[in-house]
Amino acid sequence: MTEPLIRHYGPKAYSDHPPFRYPDYKSTVKRSPTHDLLSIVATLSETTGPGPIWSDISEEDADLTLNAGTGSPAIGERIIVTGHVLDENGNGVPGTILEIWQANACGRYAHWRETAFPAPLDPNFLGVGQCRTNETGEYRFTTIKPGPYPWGNHPNAWRPAHIHFSVLGPALLTRLVTQMYFEGDPLFPLDPIYNSAPEHSRERMVAHYDHDVTEENWALGYRFDIVLRGELSMLEELDES
Amino acid sequence: MSPKLGETPSQTVGPYYSMRLGGEGQNVIPVPAEGGQRITITGKVFDGDRNHVEDALLEFWQANPGGRYNHPDDTRELDLDPRFSGFARAMSDFKTGTYRLETVKPGRVPDLEGAFQAPHISVVVQARGMLDPVFTRIYFSDEEEANHDDLILRRVPEARRGTLVAELEPGSDPAIYWFDIRFQGEDETVFFDF
Repeated sequence: MTEPLIRHYGPKAYSDHPPFRYPDYKSTVKRSPTHDLLSIVATLSETTGPGPIWSDISEEDADLTLNAGTGSPAIGERIIVTGHVLDENGNGVPGTILEIWQANACGRYAHWRETAFPAPLDPNFLGVGQCRTNETGEYRFTTIKPGPYPWGNHPNAWRPAHIHFSVLGPALLTRLVTQMYFEGDPLFPLDPIYNSAPEHSRERMVAHYDHDVTEENWALGYRFDIVLRGELSMLEELDES
Repeated sequence: MSPKLGETPSQTVGPYYSMRLGGEGQNVIPVPAEGGQRITITGKVFDGDRNHVEDALLEFWQANPGGRYNHPDDTRELDLDPRFSGFARAMSDFKTGTYRLETVKPGRVPDLEGAFQAPHISVVVQARGMLDPVFTRIYFSDEEEANHDDLILRRVPEARRGTLVAELEPGSDPAIYWFDIRFQGEDETVFFDF
């Protein structure tokens, strides 16, 4: 073929996302652009991306209770987190790369930047994992339920328990980094990062307990779906033109 | 038509991202490739107070030297070295805010009007304190003619175009280009919506 395939995606739904500047989360103030974004029509540079060719992911990478490779399991409440990566049209997005990172059961990250919070490290828990969605867009991780932890944004500030998700879908323009929270967390009303997302879309970041995912005598199950930008249908393309 | 599902909201990458950042110092990511002109792109990331951003996560996406993306949608019959992914990550240095990318200069890829874009690298910028990623592009100062004709650069107000052009260090061999990213200020980097 002499011409590449340039897919037509719908516009990003900015009204579903946090603003760049959200003063309750203090460090956004100096790290947010002040000019409007410059709108361009996506070219091949934006409708392609690194997700589809990403290699070297093994099944072991998706089990954070064991992937430290010490031979001993991590300490904490073992959980299964599963769901689908979907596009806006409800289609599963196969081959999507998910990377997750999180604090341990005590709320401590195994990261050199974490020096302030005197909670124990778990030598058997790295807190990072990755997997690729299957042909229906489904993914599955086994991990430890992370603990909440303090941060310096304001006095007595605590982040609700969360797992970071990095999503590399089919295109640069579907790039998403988000956080998955756990339903019923009493810290929700107090957390500016959670509340930076508009009220109508916050709930989409919350994982729900699912007894069908729970495995007897093994682990509790949570379900968390992720929705990315999708391609326009032919009708919508006509509308756009 | 069935109603659309709502997009999952973006959240900050935070300070604890650590995966696939390459070697020591976490700011050098060599990209293997056959052929092409080896280049280094380096610079700093600055916040609105002109302090360096010590924890910016940069992602780079580019075509190979022949102008083809390593992606299933780029079906053109151009050379494709499967070892050249076209993707790299770098973290700005904690002490200095400097990032560094070692790669090859990308070739030209098609625009939407039957011509070719100037060589460029797409960049996704994230950090603690950024609730959404921002997207920019690195063009090259020694590609004046191609830059002049580039449809996207032409959309950028002239006074701001320079924020997208990496400056070739005179006499450097292999070539070193300087490219800073500024979140705010008079010379705020141009960020795109697409």
